[in-house]
Amino acid sequence: MARAAVLGRLTWQMATVAALRDETATARTLTLDVAGWPGHFAGQHVDIRLTAPDGYTAVRSYSIASVAAGERIDVTVEPVMDGEVSPYLARVIGVGDPLEVRGPLGGWFTWRAAQAEPVQLVAGGSGVVPLMAMLRARAAAASAAPFQLLYSTRRPDSVIYRDELQRYAGDGLPLSYAYTRAVPEGWPRAPARVDAALLAAVTFAPEVRPTCYVCGPTPFVETVADLLVATGHDARRVRTERFGGP
Amino acid sequence: MTHLDGNAAAGDLRTIFAVDVTAATGQCAACGRTAPLGTAQLYNQAPGLVVRCTGCDSVLLRLVNAPGRAWLDVRGLRYLQLETG
Repeated sequence: MARAAVLGRLTWQMATVAALRDETATARTLTLDVAGWPGHFAGQHVDIRLTAPDGYTAVRSYSIASVAAGERIDVTVEPVMDGEVSPYLARVIGVGDPLEVRGPLGGWFTWRAAQAEPVQLVAGGSGVVPLMAMLRARAAAASAAPFQLLYSTRRPDSVIYRDELQRYAGDGLPLSYAYTRAVPEGWPRAPARVDAALLAAVTFAPEVRPTCYVCGPTPFVETVADLLVATGHDARRVRTERFGGP
Repeated sequence: MTHLDGNAAAGDLRTIFAVDVTAATGQCAACGRTAPLGTAQLYNQAPGLVVRCTGCDSVLLRLVNAPGRAWLDVRGLRYLQLETG
């Protein structure tokens, strides 16, 4: 990873789809082979560029889901309705197909294994992807930093990484779901968005001074970040990553 | 129009800067607020990028990339403090 600190200007490079995995009925993980990949920190992203036969290009940013390991990275894509790039990545692209990537990118919304303080993760929808990278990095580093995850998603079958999250929960990770459209049978909370009462019930109190990582659609991130600060969290410890419309 | 945050400008900025500018702390020339550029508001539904201060909405940085050249306007930033180590 040290090499990532020795930067230089970044250029586009070719990558190849090495594997595909369906995470839910709509979300799909792409494992990409990227020659010379320098490694990355949990929370970083890559830009992916597609070029049409007529030369038209479209660029989008996708969070890296995997921990740094050789020349392979995973990105998990939830297709956006009417999107130009995500439906292709989530439904059409096949193993062996090429695409262009630029990264790793972004040094702000990252978790480094040297961080020992408590960490509160709050995910909205596919905003769970970079937070999953942080959970995986914490496990890979055998870090003792206390983590908690609150994951807001529409319905039980839209949970990405469900089995792996259950394993982390079994190992002691406090894991809470907030379902906004439909809840499992017997679930104690009616479908609702994250609110102050839920945050107070299932996330670290401000006195614990956690670093909070909030990722999701822009309205979700703004709401949650404002609630956290209103509860008493230091705004400088609330790190956010927005990925646009709902 | 929905905005993103400065994190999403990292790719375009890294095509001209050798270091990650989104993790750098910048001071707004208009209101004096200092914050990592990654936390600023990013508007990218345009031919270029516009980064605005979360405190006062003033434009901190504009970047337009075109084949073979780029235009960068940082007059809204008094300074950038970069981690070089």
